[in-house]
Amino acid sequence: MARSSGLVGESLLGMPKGSNRAPNTFSITRYVIILFVVVIGGIYAAPNLYQPDPALQIKSTNEANPLNQTVVDKAIAELSAQGVQVTGSELTENAALIRVGSDEDQLRGRDLVSAALNPGSDGRYVVALNRASTTPQWLQDFGGKPMSLGLDLSGGVHFLLQVDMDKFLGDRIRSNQEAIRDLLVSERIRYVGRDWVDGQQLSIGFQSEEARDAAEEQISKTFDAFQILTRDVDGRPGLRLNLLEETIRELEDLAIQQNLQSLRNRVNELGVSEPLVQRLGRSRIVLDLPGVQDSARAKEIINKFANLEFRLVALPNARPSQTETHEYEGAPVVLETRNIVTGDQVTNALQEYDPESGLPQVSITLDNDGGRAMNEITKDHVGDSMAILFKELKVRSRKVVEDGVEILKPYTVEEKRLINVATIQSALGFRFRITGLGLGEARDLALLLRAGALAAPMYIVEERTVGASLGEENIDKGTQSIVIGFALVLVFMLFYYKWFGFAANVALTVNLVLMVAIMSVLGATLTLPGIAGIVLTVGMAVDANVLIFARIREEAKERSPQQAISAGFDRALLTILDANITTFFVAIILLSVGSGPVRGFAVTLAVGIVTSMFTAILGTRALVNLMYGGRKLEKVSI
Amino acid sequence: MKFPETNIDFMGKRKISGVISIVLVLVSLITMAVTGLNLGLDFTGGTLVEVEFAESANPNEIRQLLETNGYENGVVQYFGTERDLLIRMPSQTDTAQANLGDEILSALRSAHPDVVMRQSNYVGPAVGEELTEDGGLALLTALFVVMIYIFFRFTKQFSVGAVVALIHDVLIVLGIFAVAQWTFDLSVLAALLAVIGYSLNDTIVVSDRIRENFRKIRKGASFDVINTSLNQTLGRTLVTSMTTLFVLLALLFAGGEMIRGFALALTIGVVVGTYSSIYVAANMLLVMNITREDLLVPEKDSPENAMP
Repeated sequence: MARSSGLVGESLLGMPKGSNRAPNTFSITRYVIILFVVVIGGIYAAPNLYQPDPALQIKSTNEANPLNQTVVDKAIAELSAQGVQVTGSELTENAALIRVGSDEDQLRGRDLVSAALNPGSDGRYVVALNRASTTPQWLQDFGGKPMSLGLDLSGGVHFLLQVDMDKFLGDRIRSNQEAIRDLLVSERIRYVGRDWVDGQQLSIGFQSEEARDAAEEQISKTFDAFQILTRDVDGRPGLRLNLLEETIRELEDLAIQQNLQSLRNRVNELGVSEPLVQRLGRSRIVLDLPGVQDSARAKEIINKFANLEFRLVALPNARPSQTETHEYEGAPVVLETRNIVTGDQVTNALQEYDPESGLPQVSITLDNDGGRAMNEITKDHVGDSMAILFKELKVRSRKVVEDGVEILKPYTVEEKRLINVATIQSALGFRFRITGLGLGEARDLALLLRAGALAAPMYIVEERTVGASLGEENIDKGTQSIVIGFALVLVFMLFYYKWFGFAANVALTVNLVLMVAIMSVLGATLTLPGIAGIVLTVGMAVDANVLIFARIREEAKERSPQQAISAGFDRALLTILDANITTFFVAIILLSVGSGPVRGFAVTLAVGIVTSMFTAILGTRALVNLMYGGRKLEKVSI
Repeated sequence: MKFPETNIDFMGKRKISGVISIVLVLVSLITMAVTGLNLGLDFTGGTLVEVEFAESANPNEIRQLLETNGYENGVVQYFGTERDLLIRMPSQTDTAQANLGDEILSALRSAHPDVVMRQSNYVGPAVGEELTEDGGLALLTALFVVMIYIFFRFTKQFSVGAVVALIHDVLIVLGIFAVAQWTFDLSVLAALLAVIGYSLNDTIVVSDRIRENFRKIRKGASFDVINTSLNQTLGRTLVTSMTTLFVLLALLFAGGEMIRGFALALTIGVVVGTYSSIYVAANMLLVMNITREDLLVPEKDSPENAMP
C-alpha cells in the first residue's frame, strides 16, 4: 500500500490509469449507477412507511361452506350494525379481508363476525386478526413489501416443540412385531416369548437353529426396514432386528411432515392469520403465532394428541390375548384389541348438539376405507355392542440422572377412556354421531379430528410469549433509539467534518434506506435485536468515512487539496476492507451458530456492513467529487 | 474542528497498562469462578413471567401469594418500573413445566384481576444447555476465524495480538457482568460477539497503520514506529468510538428493559475494545519482538495484489 505513493497510481476504485479526466470526478455513468441503486433502494424501502390497517380475515374450514361475497356482505352488515367502522374489504380465492377502523374495533369485530357466521355450531368460518397492507399499488407492482415484525414487536407466542421420536419409533417397531409374529405363525416357525421389544430393537428367541434360519430367511424377504443380526437371545438361538438408519430417517421425516400439516390445520382453526410452522433440525418444530395472547389455549390445541378408536365389545369366547379391559360407568368392559376404524380415517367432524337431549355431540364423516370397514363389520355384528375409546397422550416429566446431573425429562403417557358403549342397531356407514363427551372435549375432539392426528407426540421445550403492550412499547422504544442515535451521529459529523461530514451524513442516510430495502427484499423479520443492530450499524458505519477523512487530513499536509482527497480515499480503502471483512465474518458466525435474538441481530449487522461499504466508499466519494471535484481548491476544509 | 496532533508515548506506559490488563483479566476470571455469572433464563432453563400491575406492586406480597399457591423458590423483583414485576421460577419437578407460566398468571389474576401479562417465557433444560454450548462455540469459532484471517493478511504476531486483545475484551466484559451480577442472557452473548467485531475493527485499523509505517519509516525502533502509528490513528479511534458510544447510549437510555443488557455489554465492550487495540494488541507486538523484517514481504505479495 505504501508503495503506491503517487496519486496517479491506479485507483483501487478502478479509475482508469492515466485518465485525462479532471481530478476527483466520476464519469456520468458512475453517478447514474449510484443514483440508480439509491432510487431502487428507496422504492423497496418505501413500503415500510405505510402502516398496515387492522383487519379481520375470514376463511372457510370446509367446502360445504364456501367463502363468497354474500358471506363478506353479511359480516360487514353485522359489523356496521354494531357500530364497528369498516374501511374496506377484499375477497381473494381462499380468504376475505375486512379493514376496520381501530385495534379495539378489530378485537370486538372478530367476536361479532365469528358469532354471526357460525350460528349454533362451531368451525364453519374462522375469523382471525390480521394486518392489511396499505402499500400503494404502484409500489406493490415493483414487488415491494414491508418487513414483517418479529414476535417481540408484534406480540405473540413462539413455541419450540420436540417431537417424541422414541415413542413414535417404538410404536412402529411394536406394530412390526405383530406383523412378524403373524408371518412366523403362518410359516409354522416356532418362536419363544411374546414381547420382543427391547429398546429400539426386537429380540426374538427360537427353539432351534433351524427355526432361526428359517425365520431369518422369511423375515428378510418380507421386511426390508430392518437390519437382521444373528445373536443368541437368553441362551437360545435368536435374531436381533434393528431399524435401518435410513428407515429411521424416513420415518422421522414422515412423522414431522404429518405433524407439520396437522399443526398448520390446528393453528388455522385457532384463527391465527400468519403462523410460521417449520421444521428445525432433525426432530423439532418451530411454531410462531403472531398476535396470540392466550398461550394456554394455544398450548391446549397444538399439543393435544387425542384420537378415537372404534372397537367391538369382545364376545365371551374371545381369546384373552386379543382383548383388553376398560372401565365404563363403573363396570369393566372387555374389548377386542383390534380397531374397526380410528380417528385417522375421519374426513370431517363437527361439534353439534343432540336435538333431543341438548347434549354436545360430534358428528363424524369417515373416508372411503373407513366407511367400508365400518359397514362390513357392523353388518355382521348387529345386536352386538360397539365401544368408542377416547385416546389421549399426556406429557409428564420425571427426574433422571444424566451425566451425574439431575434433570427433568419429559415423557408421554397414553390415557384411554371408554366414552361410549352402544348396541349396534343396524349396519353403520360413513356418517354417524358420537355422544358421551363434555362440551369442551367434544369441541376439541371435532377440531383435532378435522385437523388430522399428530403422527408422533410432541412436547414444548421452549415458549416465549410477548404481550401486545410490550410489543408496542418495544416498537416505540426501538424507533426512538434509532432516531436519537442517528441524530446524535449526524450532528456530530456535521460539526466535526463540515462539508465532508455533510457528505458522510447523506451516505449514512442512504445506508439506512438501503439496509431497510435489502431486509425487506430478503423477507427478513424485524426484531428488537435487529433494531439494535441497525442502531449499532449507524454508529459503526461512519467509521469508514472517519478513516477516509482522517487520512485526507493527513495527506493534506503534504499534497495539494485535490491530491489529498484522492489519496485519502484510496489509502483508507484497504483498511476499510480489512476491518469490514473480519467484522462480516463475525456476523456470519453469529448467523450460523446463533438462534432467535442472536440471528435477528446478525442479519442486520451483516446487511449493514455490505451497505455501509457501498455508501461510505462509493456514495461519499461521489458526493465529495460533486462538491470538490474538478475545481481549483486552495485548501480542504476538513 | 480538528483533532489535535498528538505525540503521546503510549508504549512507554506499556508495562503499567500490561499490569492493569492482567489484573483486570485475573479479577474477571476469579469472580467468574467464585461467584459466577448471573445466567439468564436462556441458559439455565426455567420459567419467567413479566407482569404489569395497575398500581405499584409489592414483590414480597406476590412472593407470598405464589408460595401459598404452591410455587416455591421463585424470584420476584421489579423490572424497570414499580408497576412491573419479573417472576422467575427454576425448573420444577412434578408439574408439567411448560404450563407453569400460565398457572402463575392465573394465580396472579385471581388475586389481582387487573394484572397484564407482558411476557412469559419457558425454556426447557435441554434447550438451555444447547444454547450455552452453541454460544460458547460461536465465541470460539469467531476468535479462531479472526486469527486465521489476520494471520494471512498480516503476520502471526498481529494475529496473536488481535486474538489476545479480543479475549481480553470478552473476559473483562464477562467479569464486569459477574461482579455486578447483571443477567447474562442471549442478547448479551450477541453483544459480546459484536464486541469482538468492533474491537477487531479497531485493532485492524491500528495494525494496518503499524504495518504501513514499518514499511515507510525506514529508521527507528519498533517501539517508535508503533507509537507513531498509534498517535496517527488516535483521532480516528476516538471519533469512531464516540459515534458508536452515542448510539449505544441512545439504546441504553431509550431502548427499554429488553435490550438494556445488550446495550450495557456493548458500551463496556467499546470502551475496553478501544483501550485494548492500543494497549493490548500493539503491546503484544512488542512482546513478541516484531521487526521490520517480519513485514517486508516479497513484491508479488504486496497488499495491493493480495487484496481479497
